[in-house]
Amino acid sequence: MSNATRHSAHLIKPAGNGRRLRIGGMPRVPAALLILSIAVVCAVVAGSWYTIAAARASLAAELGGLWVDAAAALLAVLSVLVAWPLARAIRRCGSIRKAARRQDVSEARVARSSARDQCFIALGYALAQLIVIVACQFLLANNQTVAKTFFLAPLMIKTFPLVLAAFWTNIEIFLVAEVLVLVWGLAVALAMFAPGAGGRPLRFIATAYVDIFRAIPAVLVIYLVGFGIPLTGISFLKEISSTTFVIIALTLTVGAYVAEIYRAGILSIHWSQTAAARSLGLSHMQTLRFVIVPQGIRQIIPPLLNAFIALQKDTALVSVVGVIDSFNQSMLIASNYYNLSAVTTVALLFVVISIPQTRFVERMMQRDRRRMRAGA
Amino acid sequence: MSFIDIRDISKSYGEVPVIKNLSMSVEEHEVVCLIGPSGSGKSTLLRCINGLEAIDDGEIQVHGDRITGPGVDVDALRQDIGIVFQGYNLFPHMTVLENITLAPIRVLRQSRDEAKENAMALLKRVGLAHKAKEYPDRMSGGQQQRVAIVRAMAMDPMVLLLDEITSALDPELVSEVLNIVRDLASDGMTMLLATHEMGFAREVSTKVCFLCDGSVYEEGPPEQIFGDPSRDRTRAFLRSIREAKRI
Repeated sequence: MSNATRHSAHLIKPAGNGRRLRIGGMPRVPAALLILSIAVVCAVVAGSWYTIAAARASLAAELGGLWVDAAAALLAVLSVLVAWPLARAIRRCGSIRKAARRQDVSEARVARSSARDQCFIALGYALAQLIVIVACQFLLANNQTVAKTFFLAPLMIKTFPLVLAAFWTNIEIFLVAEVLVLVWGLAVALAMFAPGAGGRPLRFIATAYVDIFRAIPAVLVIYLVGFGIPLTGISFLKEISSTTFVIIALTLTVGAYVAEIYRAGILSIHWSQTAAARSLGLSHMQTLRFVIVPQGIRQIIPPLLNAFIALQKDTALVSVVGVIDSFNQSMLIASNYYNLSAVTTVALLFVVISIPQTRFVERMMQRDRRRMRAGA
Repeated sequence: MSFIDIRDISKSYGEVPVIKNLSMSVEEHEVVCLIGPSGSGKSTLLRCINGLEAIDDGEIQVHGDRITGPGVDVDALRQDIGIVFQGYNLFPHMTVLENITLAPIRVLRQSRDEAKENAMALLKRVGLAHKAKEYPDRMSGGQQQRVAIVRAMAMDPMVLLLDEITSALDPELVSEVLNIVRDLASDGMTMLLATHEMGFAREVSTKVCFLCDGSVYEEGPPEQIFGDPSRDRTRAFLRSIREAKRI
C-alpha cells in the first residue's frame, strides 16, 4: 500500500459518532450588532437635526417665512425614517426570544437572520445620510460662503443663457471631433495591423503616432496646433478658424486613444474567427472588414463611450487658445461677478449631457446581447 | 498521380516537431479517416492542406499543382479546399444565412440572390432551412456544426477537410452531424477527416490512416486497420479505445 492511499484512509472520518452540524443550537439575539445600529442611527438623526436647524436659521434670514419652517420640519421628520428598519430589527429580536422559549429553532433562525438584515439596512442608510449631512455642512460652512460661491442661484439663472449659448460651441466641437475620431482611430488601428513585410513601415508609423500622442497632454496639443499653425503663415491654413484647429488637435489626441481601443477590440476576437474567415478564402482586409471589426466594435462600445465622454470634457480645454466655449465664457462671468456659480452651471451642463449617453449605450448593448445570445 | 499527394512534409511549432516526414495520398471521391492519439498531428495536417499553416519541408500537390511553398495564392487555394473546425467557428454577429453567403458573395462574386438560393438549398438538405434567420449562439452545437458544414459546402470545394467535427458535441447530437457527412460521402465528395468516432470511421471511410508522432504509422482499408491491424502501436491504440468502450 502506498503512502498516499494509507493517508487517505485516515482523511475521511467515519460518519455518525454523535457528530453534529456546526450550525446547530438555539440562535441568540445579535446584541452587538443591534447596539451598534442603535448608536449609529441615533448619532445620524442628531446630526441631521443639527444640520437642518443650521440651514433653517441661515435661510430664514434671507427668505424668511413659513415655507422655510415647514420645509425644515418636513426634513426633520424624514431624517428619522432611517430608524424604521431599526424598529423592525428590535421587533425581530423579540421574536427570537419568543421562539427560543418555545424551543422553535427554525423560527428563531428566521427571526435572527431577518433582524441582522434589518440592522444592516439601518446601518447602510445611516451611512448614506451621514455623507449627505457632511456635504450639507460643507455648503453651510463659514456662514454659507461655500454655497454662495458655487451655487448662487440668482446669478446662475441670470447668466444661464450666455453660458448655454457658449456651450453650443463645445457641442459643435465634440460632435465633429467624435465623427472624425471614429474614422481616424479605425484607420490608425488598421494601419497597426497592416500585413506582411510591406506593412512594416506603416505599422511602425501608426504605433509611433499612438505612443507619441498618448504621451502628450491634450492641452499642449491644442495649444501647439491652435496657436502654432497660424503662426507658420502657410497660406492655405490661414483661413481656418481656431475652432477648426481645436477640432484637429482633439482628433489627433483622442484618435490615438481610440486607435488603441479599436486595436484591443480587434485583438479580443479569438483567432479561430480569423481562421474560419480565411479558410473560406476571404482576404486579410475582407476578414477584418466583415468578421473581425464588426465583432470587435461590439466589444469596445463601453471603452469607446468613455473616450467620447473624456473628449467631451476635454472641449473645455479649448479656452487656452481663446475659443469662447462655455468654460471660457463662465470664467469671464466669474471674474466679473467675483463668483464661480456660472462655472458650476457649465459643470451641470456636462453632467446633463453625459448621463443619458451612458444609459443609452447600456440599453443598446443589452438589446444587442438579447438578439444574439441564447436564453433571451 | 493521385488527387492529393502529400510528399514527405514536416512541420514544427518552434522547437516542437508536429509532423515529421509524412507522406500520403488521397484519390478523388475517397473518404480518408485520420485516426491516432492526440498530438499525433491530425489537425495540423488538415490545416496545412488548407494553407492555414505553412509547412517547413516537403510539398503537397493537388491534381499535380503544388499548393505549398512560395508563390501560392492561399486565398485562391482555400476557395477550392473547404475545412470544418471542431469548434464550428461560426461568425456570432451574423445570421445563419449571412454566415453561409458571406464568402460566396465576397469571394466568388455571386449575386446575393444566387448565394441565398444555394444556401437555402443546402440548409434544406441538412434540415435547417427554418433556422436561416437565426443567430448561431441561439442554436445547439449539432445545429451549429451542420451550418458550418453548409458554410464550407457553399463554396463548392473540391475537397472537404473535417477536423474532429463531433468532438465538441454532446453525444446525442453526434449522429445528426455524422448523417450529413455520410450523405456527402455517398455523393462522392472527397473528404479527409480527423476523428475519434471509430465506428463511424470504419463505416464511412475508404481508407484509414493511423497517425503517430507526426507521420503515417499504418494505413489501409478500414476492415484491415480495425479488424486486423498489422503493427504494434496501431493495435495498442485500438485496444485502449476498445477498453474505453468507444468503438
